[in-house]
Amino acid sequence: MIPAFDILILVFLVITAVIALKVRDLLSATMIFGIYSFLMCLLWAEMGAVDVAFTEAAVGAGVSAVFLIATIYNTRRRSSD
Amino acid sequence: MKKFALVAVIVTGSLLLYAVGDFPAFGDAKSPANAGVEGGFSVSRYYITETAADTAVPNIVTAVLADYRGYDTFFETTVIFIAGLAIFAILRVANPGAPDRRDRPSSDSGVEGDHNRVIIGMTCRLLIPVIQLFALYVVAHGHHSPGGGFQGGVMLGASFILIAIASDLDTALRRFSERRYLALGCVGILIYGGFGLLCQLLDRHFLDYGVLHKLMGVTPVMARSHSMLGVEIGVAFTVTSVMFAIYANLSTRGELRSGL
Repeated sequence: MIPAFDILILVFLVITAVIALKVRDLLSATMIFGIYSFLMCLLWAEMGAVDVAFTEAAVGAGVSAVFLIATIYNTRRRSSD
Repeated sequence: MKKFALVAVIVTGSLLLYAVGDFPAFGDAKSPANAGVEGGFSVSRYYITETAADTAVPNIVTAVLADYRGYDTFFETTVIFIAGLAIFAILRVANPGAPDRRDRPSSDSGVEGDHNRVIIGMTCRLLIPVIQLFALYVVAHGHHSPGGGFQGGVMLGASFILIAIASDLDTALRRFSERRYLALGCVGILIYGGFGLLCQLLDRHFLDYGVLHKLMGVTPVMARSHSMLGVEIGVAFTVTSVMFAIYANLSTRGELRSGL
């Protein structure tokens, strides 16, 4: 545990979470969600949970972003609310 | 309604934050989760001290996941498989109607498009074997280092998705056809369940791998280690095919044609 590193990641985590909810363009929201997942991955790795970090990087930041982009491509890019 | 939602979120959030104060400190060796209740049996201490003797597996996380909590992982794999089947059942269209509902700009026509295609194709041709090799390493090495069936399977599935993104879905489907990924998804579950059933046939509990030493010709401890590798391979099969199946159906609205 490195407190400064932790606080930095957690602050960025909150910022990315809020932006991902606020942004109207769903493609940008997906990208920001990917960044959120990657920050989570850094947090897991930093806490010593390497297996979880690996899963988060592969599933959260990698494949789920691709799935969301594939879905957006077949629906609408703008959020309605 | 929005204001009510905001109030509900703030109240729940502050209650949760209030409860955090009662948590033990991070990494506290005396917390109930680490040391067990006073005078009682501690599960986590058992795992930490006995895993190496029980299963000869250095990575405790994998030992817990695939051996001590094998049931959990077995049905987790089943859940992933069912999720894939659900997406398949909802989206897959057997006989696509209109040829193309969207008029997409043909980005890969013209000189510049061809040029880009060569660069992307070459890069992927170099990258994909490395990704797949690393994914196999992650699966095979899961009980010695971080990783395992889930992570390796996702990476292997992602490499096929990369083929589909870099060229088109038809190219990827020529290498990993629908028949094949549906069959492989089932085979993965059957491998995992087969290990469990073999144990039952040898008069032990479901997924009690120690008894498989009779079939493998090794010590019971090594039999548990080898069986863990076996079930990880099963998980990897299922996860690989489900990941690709989800992408193939999502990106083409279930028509399995051209794609992104």
